[in-house]
Amino acid sequence: MKLVTAIIKPFKLDEVKDALKSAGVAGMTVGEVRGFGRQGGHTETYRGAEYKIDFVPKVQLEIVVDDGQVDLVVDTIVRAAATGKIGDGKIWITDVDRIVRIRTSEEGTDAV
Amino acid sequence: MDAGNNAWVLTSAALILFMTPGLAFFYAGMVRSKNVLGMLMQNIFAMGLISVLWAFIGFSLAFGGDGNFVGNLDYAFMNDVATTIDFPGFELAVPGMTFFAFQMMFAIITPALITGATADRLKFSGYALFIALWSLIVYSPVAHWVWDTGGWIFDSGALDFAGGAAIHINAGVAALAVVMVVGPRRGHGSEPMPPHNLPLTVLGTGILWFGWFGFNAGSALLADGIASQALVNTHLAAASAMLGWLVVEKIKTGHATTLGACSGAVAGLVAITPCAGFVGGLSPIWIGLIAGVVCYLALGLKTALKLDDSLDVIAVHLVGGLIGTILLGFFADDTVNALGDGLFYGGGGELLKDQVLAALGVMVFSGVVTYILATIVQKTIGLRVDEDGELTGLDQSQHAESAYQP
Repeated sequence: MKLVTAIIKPFKLDEVKDALKSAGVAGMTVGEVRGFGRQGGHTETYRGAEYKIDFVPKVQLEIVVDDGQVDLVVDTIVRAAATGKIGDGKIWITDVDRIVRIRTSEEGTDAV
Repeated sequence: MDAGNNAWVLTSAALILFMTPGLAFFYAGMVRSKNVLGMLMQNIFAMGLISVLWAFIGFSLAFGGDGNFVGNLDYAFMNDVATTIDFPGFELAVPGMTFFAFQMMFAIITPALITGATADRLKFSGYALFIALWSLIVYSPVAHWVWDTGGWIFDSGALDFAGGAAIHINAGVAALAVVMVVGPRRGHGSEPMPPHNLPLTVLGTGILWFGWFGFNAGSALLADGIASQALVNTHLAAASAMLGWLVVEKIKTGHATTLGACSGAVAGLVAITPCAGFVGGLSPIWIGLIAGVVCYLALGLKTALKLDDSLDVIAVHLVGGLIGTILLGFFADDTVNALGDGLFYGGGGELLKDQVLAALGVMVFSGVVTYILATIVQKTIGLRVDEDGELTGLDQSQHAESAYQP
């Protein structure tokens, strides 16, 4: 099993969610996060004084999937989240050692 | 006693009271999220503390007797307040109790104006002691100078319709003096401290603008044509000052901002305050426009003075108050109000000279005495919060609360 973590633009969340559901993904966890990458921050002006805002708001998705589904999920996110402009985000994949469904204590693929 | 007059001035008192929570929101939107309740509380608390002090001795120190510099204790502890009708030295068109209530609302908001300059760093107990002393030792005497017929400013012929000198110059200079005593916020200049919630500031601006109709038009102290003129002047000055501020801001920074619209409107309201019942025609538009432009340009003063006037009380209230007080020497029109005739209306330079002297008198007295009072509080119980309390934020360190639960 793998954990797919994606950082995307906040306004892309609904599109990505719908695309993933259509692709058969059964669940995901979403969080509002802030950060910076190559996009950097932006400048805001209050009463003539400029403030550099380094951290940009993003949405982070976490999805646990079977090994065989990873490519489909990644492709789906890339297609739905891309705008072609800087700041579209990143996806990374990590191994998952163990997974348990709390209600039933099922483990492994059954718990995904 | 005319019921209409009384109804209007009582209504005005309620409108002015509402300005203090309005000011609280105006300021609270501009501070960081850990200091929101600290700012709201400093303002709301003035409604509690200053009202009681006003009933005890504040009102009497402002309107008792006919001395040049300060009132007396004739009306202390509400003595004879219900039966007197000539507090300022002339017979009022409303009951004395109405005048007491109306003036109380001015006394509440004036020390609250200072809190914008010292945002994020006052210890609550020190703040409470400071505004108690300031209200009795600075505000009551200055109100006496300006609005009691015995007061030296009133006597000189200088005019201040609703408190350009007594309230805005007074609080603006006091803000400067307190900032000199307590120093800058930790991290000022090195870490960004942008406003945490400007919608609160917009809400506060709306409440202030609304309440200002009572502040200025109520200062006619009766429901006559001068009250109507003052209301229209108040509105037009706020409107044109908003435009003036935004135009300069757009030219200088490339954007017309929401905070700029709010700041400009308040600057116009401040500037028209001394002029409200003395000018007419398009004068309020010119006065507002000048205030919007000059107050924006005055934002740089705090940097030049190396002071952390956190929410620009100097640029908006001190400079705005000075603009209104001095421009009245040009724009006062005796066909609007027989009491004053300015340079542009054939009155010569006499009024202008009186206005400048009144402004200087308030600046010197308020600046020096406020500096001394703030220093005394700082050296005794402490006016500035300790380092931990400031880094944690006033909400938790001073009040054991949070504005926003995670």
